[in-house]
Amino acid sequence: MSEVSGISHSNHDDHHHHKETFITKYIFSQDHKMIAKQYLILGVLFMGFIGIAMSLLFRLQLAWPEQSFAVFDIFLGDWAPEGVMDPNIYLALVTIHGTIMVFFVLTAGLSGTFSNLLIPLQIGARDMASGLLNMISFWLFFLSSMIMLASLFVEAGPAAAGWTIYPPLSALPQTQPGSGMGMTLWLISMAIFVASSLLGSLNYIVTVINLRTKGMSMFRLPLTIWAFFVTAIIGVISFPVLLSAALLLIMDRSFGTSFFLSDIFVQGEVLHYQGGSPVLFEHLFWFLGHPEVYIVLLPALGITSEIIATNSRKPIFGYRAMVASILAIAFLSTVVWGHHMFISGMNPFLGSVFTFTTLLIAIPSAVKAFNYITTLWKGNLQFNPGMLFSIGLVSTFITGGLTGIILGDSTLDINIHDTYFVVAHFHLVMGISALYGLFAGVYHWFPKLFGRMMNKNLGYIHFWVTAIAAYGVFFPMHFIGMAGLPRRYYTNTAFPYFDDLANINVVITVFALLAGAAQLVFLYNFISSMFFGKKAEMNPWRSNTMEWTAPVEHIHGNWPGEIPHVHRWAYDYSKPGQKEDFVLQTTPLSKGEKETEH
Amino acid sequence: MTVLLILTILILTGIALWQITKIFELSQLGQKKDNSQIATEKDNDLNGKLMFAFLVFIYAVTIYSFWTYSKVLLPESASAHGPAYDTLLWISFAVILFAQTITQAVLHIFAYQYRGINNRKAYFFTHDNKLEFIWTIIPAIIFFMLIIYGMITWGKIMNFEEDDDALVVELYAQQWNWKARYGGEDNVLGDANVRFLNDFDGKNSVGIDSSDPNGMDDFVVTQEFHLPVNRKVIFKLRSQDVLHSAYMPHFRAQMNCVPGMITEFSFTPTITTDEMRMNSDVVDKVNRINKIRYENSKILTANGEEALEPYQFDYLLLCAKICGASHYNMQMKIVVESEKDYEKWVAKQQIFSEVIQ
Repeated sequence: MSEVSGISHSNHDDHHHHKETFITKYIFSQDHKMIAKQYLILGVLFMGFIGIAMSLLFRLQLAWPEQSFAVFDIFLGDWAPEGVMDPNIYLALVTIHGTIMVFFVLTAGLSGTFSNLLIPLQIGARDMASGLLNMISFWLFFLSSMIMLASLFVEAGPAAAGWTIYPPLSALPQTQPGSGMGMTLWLISMAIFVASSLLGSLNYIVTVINLRTKGMSMFRLPLTIWAFFVTAIIGVISFPVLLSAALLLIMDRSFGTSFFLSDIFVQGEVLHYQGGSPVLFEHLFWFLGHPEVYIVLLPALGITSEIIATNSRKPIFGYRAMVASILAIAFLSTVVWGHHMFISGMNPFLGSVFTFTTLLIAIPSAVKAFNYITTLWKGNLQFNPGMLFSIGLVSTFITGGLTGIILGDSTLDINIHDTYFVVAHFHLVMGISALYGLFAGVYHWFPKLFGRMMNKNLGYIHFWVTAIAAYGVFFPMHFIGMAGLPRRYYTNTAFPYFDDLANINVVITVFALLAGAAQLVFLYNFISSMFFGKKAEMNPWRSNTMEWTAPVEHIHGNWPGEIPHVHRWAYDYSKPGQKEDFVLQTTPLSKGEKETEH
Repeated sequence: MTVLLILTILILTGIALWQITKIFELSQLGQKKDNSQIATEKDNDLNGKLMFAFLVFIYAVTIYSFWTYSKVLLPESASAHGPAYDTLLWISFAVILFAQTITQAVLHIFAYQYRGINNRKAYFFTHDNKLEFIWTIIPAIIFFMLIIYGMITWGKIMNFEEDDDALVVELYAQQWNWKARYGGEDNVLGDANVRFLNDFDGKNSVGIDSSDPNGMDDFVVTQEFHLPVNRKVIFKLRSQDVLHSAYMPHFRAQMNCVPGMITEFSFTPTITTDEMRMNSDVVDKVNRINKIRYENSKILTANGEEALEPYQFDYLLLCAKICGASHYNMQMKIVVESEKDYEKWVAKQQIFSEVIQ
């Protein structure tokens, strides 16, 4: 990791520059910019690489079932006798892929990187409210990641009950090998993860509320900050519920309680559990699980709002409507969890209620999409790689979001629940969309993170290949779902009825491999730009927000001297009567200029 | 072998892409070139046009997928509530396809049309309450109509009455197979619990309580179960170990099996297995599948393995909830037949009192 130096014109105050050792600067750092980089490298690059690689392994198995592959032999060893993947390890790969992508990459990686980097810089604060808690939060995340990865090396295999870990499958080691030590480590890892996430979220909330610079009222905040702020609030409300579910599950597993178990007979033996219900676990899990979708998505949408406005050289359209829809989505996200459980055996009346709330949440989502589109209208679009990924996000958010209208309808859910239709839907709307938001953010704020520019041509290749491959993977997947193919099947050859879907599975896997290859371009671009990229100017994208008034070289306290004050909202792009097509938030109103009504 | 080849090709393509950009960059070294890594007018032009091309790509993928993949979809529904389900599905699909076509077009066409040109100023446009109101209210109205339509259909499917004529069938799930239990002469299922599974040397395969007289004439079947056509069936679902999900896609039916509770679902089968085998979509599908199986068999026999059996259509009960290693192979055949054939099949079954003797 190279801390960029050699910018001669930066004249930072010496009293902000504490004496630092290698350890306090790079490892146990309390500086939000360094912690952001740590999250980016561990959460996004490292865990992301593992999560995506796993998906490619099981895609190979799905396209060419029960064939021998040298890669399986290398990576799976005894779990792939003679290079043929074992059904148990297939389920384990699916489980850990889901866990890593949802929690480690798109929750911790995404929020951890951009909330940490941008909250202090965009609101005009010297650092997070508590640098110490911030550091602890990262190191808990590190610990949690290491435990999750360690579970891959347990003899019986890692957790394999799906990322939703529904008991009794996850509770009883007799039902599958992955529910032994692997599951224990999964639960411990996630408990630590929740602690890390809570410390991070509390810090973000406190910082946004208390540390805004003079003039930075709530309605002058960039939409990124609104998104991170509300995401943190949802996290604080819902993650503890996952922790409680995990603790109760640990008790059922280890101390013989019956919270989620009742009337069970396994391997010729009647177990003692009485009176619990797996449906209770489903409620607890999805009370986090659904808001989690928005914990993943809102930061991506916030990043997109900022990048689309900057690169359209136009104010974001309907700023207050955007804030209102973020708040509406946040509120509604906590009352829609039941749409994952229409056919779980809960009362059908509840199905109607959750259908209603679920389709309600589509309204603010639609408003956001329309506002993005209107922001492009009559703009002067600068197609930097970040902009491409932002527009890509709007596209996949629409494609994936629309099928939510089908899945959110309890009736229609009956026949496509737990089929590949669901897999296609959520990968587009939260997987690909959030990843696009993440990539957009990395390209856009790379100059802020590392003081250098990423290569734009590699960025263009990365985007276009990924965009084509993503549709190539997930569009056909809707059809095999509607053909009745359930998800999480090790192979589809047990049913001759699905034989004519085999070709489609090959198409999907080929596109998945192409998408994986495109990410290598990104990885190369990232690493080489970090060391050899062109040195960045202070405000390369000619943006309005405050982070671009801070010197390129990172210093403690972000700004040398006084923190600048804010005089306007974040979106005065191409404002009539101004010389330039952007006006920094820190620029005072010129004589006779009226503050933009928004 | 083909697999290895494809993999190699992909890896090589990746490397080629890499090298092409390298060459591209090197070829521009000599020229006086802006290497700010910020989009230039030329980049905007190229990517704007690619945005338009991408719209064409999305449309092409959509049309291609519907054209070639719609034949793999499920055939006409074989249950009384199925047509209502299918109508709702296609109405919803029409709505989302319409929305998808329009919004993707507007998004990508704007991206193309307003691609950046030096010295052009963007139009300063912060908000418009009227516009916002319109595009809040229009989706709201459409969603409300869909919600109400969906709720009515949901109510009809889920709030079935327990009338006496209905046939009661228990679907019993375990790792990793299905069993079905019928109420016998009295059409009443005897009480059951996993506690009784070890009674009678394991012959009590679904744990019927032998002290309940209703259970004595019950019978349990494996591999396949039969249903009379046009008679309502009420399914009672149980599981002995982990969550399973009884998924019968041809009947548009699914419900989870939860250990410790009995869940329910009901439908009336309307098309017999024999009739469904004559359905033109099913005939096409079976022919297609058999062609694939024939090709695969040729490879198998060349390697000295057994050829695949030709496929014949049957209704299926699958497991749709992850349940462990053989989740992918948890199946049971469903036979829908005339009342007469059904009675004949029932007469052949051994009832519980006989089994435990």
